[in-house]
Amino acid sequence: MVTRLDPKLFDATTDITWCAGCGDFAILKALKLALADLGIEPYQALVVSGIGCGSKLPDYMNVNAYLTNHGRPLPIATAAKLANPDLHVIVTNGDGDSYGIGGNHFVQSCRRNPNLTHIVENNQIYGLTKGQYSPTSDKGFVTTTSPDGAIELAFNPLSVALGAGATFISRAFAGEPKHMAGLIAQGIQHRGYALIDVLQPCVTFNRTNTYDWYRKRVYHLEDEDYDPSDRKAAWEKAHEWEERIPLGVLYRVEGAPAYEDQVKALEGGSPLSRLDDLVKDPRPQQYERLKERFT
Amino acid sequence: MASVVTNDMSIVIGGDAGQGVESSGAGFCLSFARAGLHVFGMQDYHSRIRGGHNFYQIRLSEKPRLSHSNPVHLLIALTPETVRLHLDQLAEGAAGVLPERFEIDPAPLEKRGVRVDTLPLIRMAEEHGNRVMANTAALGAAAGITEFPLQFMESVIRDNFAAKGQQTVDTNLKVAEAAYGLARDRYGADFPYKLVPVDGAPRRMLMNGNQALAMGALAGGCRFVSAYPMTPATSIFEWLSGLPREYGVVTKHAEDEIAAADMAIGASFVGARGMTATSGGGFCLMVEALGLAAMTEVPMVIMLAQRGGPSNGLPTRTEQSDLLFAINASHGESPRIVTAPGTVEECFEAGWRAFNLAEKYQCPVVVMTDSFLASTLRTLDMDAIDFSSVSIDRGSTLTPQELDGLTNGYKRFEFTETGISPRALPGQHPAAAFSAASDEHDEEGHFLEEIEGRRRMMQKRMRKLREAEREMRPPKRYGPPEAETTLVCWGSSFGPCKEAADEINDAGGSANVLQFGDLWPLPEEVTAAALSECRRTVTVEQNYTSQLAKLLRMTTGIKVDGTLNKYDGRPFAPEEIVAGLGKEVVSGYAA
Repeated sequence: MVTRLDPKLFDATTDITWCAGCGDFAILKALKLALADLGIEPYQALVVSGIGCGSKLPDYMNVNAYLTNHGRPLPIATAAKLANPDLHVIVTNGDGDSYGIGGNHFVQSCRRNPNLTHIVENNQIYGLTKGQYSPTSDKGFVTTTSPDGAIELAFNPLSVALGAGATFISRAFAGEPKHMAGLIAQGIQHRGYALIDVLQPCVTFNRTNTYDWYRKRVYHLEDEDYDPSDRKAAWEKAHEWEERIPLGVLYRVEGAPAYEDQVKALEGGSPLSRLDDLVKDPRPQQYERLKERFT
Repeated sequence: MASVVTNDMSIVIGGDAGQGVESSGAGFCLSFARAGLHVFGMQDYHSRIRGGHNFYQIRLSEKPRLSHSNPVHLLIALTPETVRLHLDQLAEGAAGVLPERFEIDPAPLEKRGVRVDTLPLIRMAEEHGNRVMANTAALGAAAGITEFPLQFMESVIRDNFAAKGQQTVDTNLKVAEAAYGLARDRYGADFPYKLVPVDGAPRRMLMNGNQALAMGALAGGCRFVSAYPMTPATSIFEWLSGLPREYGVVTKHAEDEIAAADMAIGASFVGARGMTATSGGGFCLMVEALGLAAMTEVPMVIMLAQRGGPSNGLPTRTEQSDLLFAINASHGESPRIVTAPGTVEECFEAGWRAFNLAEKYQCPVVVMTDSFLASTLRTLDMDAIDFSSVSIDRGSTLTPQELDGLTNGYKRFEFTETGISPRALPGQHPAAAFSAASDEHDEEGHFLEEIEGRRRMMQKRMRKLREAEREMRPPKRYGPPEAETTLVCWGSSFGPCKEAADEINDAGGSANVLQFGDLWPLPEEVTAAALSECRRTVTVEQNYTSQLAKLLRMTTGIKVDGTLNKYDGRPFAPEEIVAGLGKEVVSGYAA
């Protein structure tokens, strides 16, 4: 039986530098709620981020936080989880970090299936650098670096994740933090890579995709007759955008092994990060035998 | 016949990629090692799977040798091109063993006093096995001409082909035996270079630098390796990946070198001893990760096996052109440690020591080798790899008991006199959840941009470099202290330099070697003292711009008297160093 914790346990004393009304506040709140609901204590979680407004999130929580390089939290989180499977490892980064500069790590993580929860703060804009178009900006989106409108098609994280083999694909909206908290909690409980793409309005630089713009369009998959194990249906839902935008779990595979479940060297052993094992290494006799390979 | 020379010769086996030059060369080396000879076996190959001239140059001696050497006394040519390419390397009285059916002009060979020993190697291979065994026939013939007992080759054939079944073993044995007998009977009596087993020689291992580094890392507690394949570093990663699972080493072939370096950081961040291995091009991609590890004070080990650059450069060839890059790579200023083992034995120690340095100073450690050291096979005494010499020092990593004793809030980046802060591992204690930011941060790891805080945190990090400098070792000197000429080197050039100094001193000259192993932070005072004691200094480096000479001058203000440089991708042979002295560049671009 899980003992629910007080989300205030995760409150930090650091100054939050986000703009008033930023969607990241809702994500911070939802993550704290999800961890508290699951009874995970601050020291048992590691939140890894990259660079950008949203990537400041871990510094605004009382938790193990690692704020890394732009685009790189996924490989760092993957290895941290491999080295200490007891940690709940969560990645929070923005759309530029995750789908642009870190795009390859995103695709690889989908097919690799490490036991991570990946929350993408997707505001369709580069906020911290003051308003350039991002991989998820819609075609035609006008910004300082796309004065004539973005020429590329918007990156579709859900269909890419589906194509790359992700086992948990979901979408949340910053206007609904409680619903988001539920998705994050499901993502943490999912064994394998869990994507929670969060539609998160940037109130300063994105005047198109606003809270109102989303509220008119979003709906909940769980309110419909929808089966998240149906891959074809997920493909359809992943491409809904202009008129209606689905929230909730688009796709989920139950029972697939996570990456670390299949690493032979981890079978039966204690975590690689255990201090005592290394200092009192039981292996010198094994090492000595290795020399025979060279004779 | 000229007077007989026993157990002191060089052999070249050359052919096209795909003809088994590498595997037969390595097998040949092992058979000599089993007979108690000291072996130095250097590979030379192109960056392709089929075609292109490959060769193995094997130096055999009753003394340990740290370098290949010219001239060559026996050439085993699996292609006509081999004869043409190696002609200039051959000694007078040398022999070239060739299969029948080769159409070569014997005149240039005869002009050099080289015998051409043509043998029906292909026919014998076909008769007893099949055509692909011509290399086995060639090695059998080489053993026959040198009258080296066949049993040592037979033992290697049995071991190497066992996995392919008894029939393959038997046919290879028959091919080797037939070629051996014919070569010995036809050409053995007139060939002055002989190889005989050394009575009472101890058992030895045949090992290259990558293997020794990998074993050192393993013994040093490395439990996580992430890498992306890149010659000549790949075999470090492959060797550790191939360990039986009970060794508990997790390896991850990452999507690129950025991810490889970041994964090593991620594993280290939570407390595993993690590393990555790469060559220059991959190291380029790892540069941002180096900055991250330094800023967030995460121990990180990178094995950097250099090859010819820039860009894709000379993928399979050697160079020492990344020294200043490895020391300086990354924007901003941060502490790091760079070491460069010079021999296979030193690779073993460098492998485990790197993890102690990384954890003690909580910063990146780069261990530099190059293609020459990484892939050249050398015989080692069994105790040259001494696991009992390995110590594991986790520095100021806090134990759970120490964490229990914490009274105030834990500060991951606490200001200390040495700059080294007590390090908690995430997830291991409720008292020690902490933040680590790649942005400038305060003692608790939270973002900070304030003036005094930045100054103090920068000073704290850089104090670790000063602290590490105290532990860095002075250069090692080899040879007579008062020598007229000192060959100043780093990394793998030590081998050819040592052999060159021996050669000079044996001939009545006067030379010694100053070898730098700990390159950054370079200990200023002891370096200056060591250089001041030399009468005439000449740096010997496999690069164009004399990077060690520049580093020495930058750190100590001392300019070396001359520089010898080689940047053709082929390692210095001792003879080239001897011949180059007196003709070295004294000023100009270098130094």
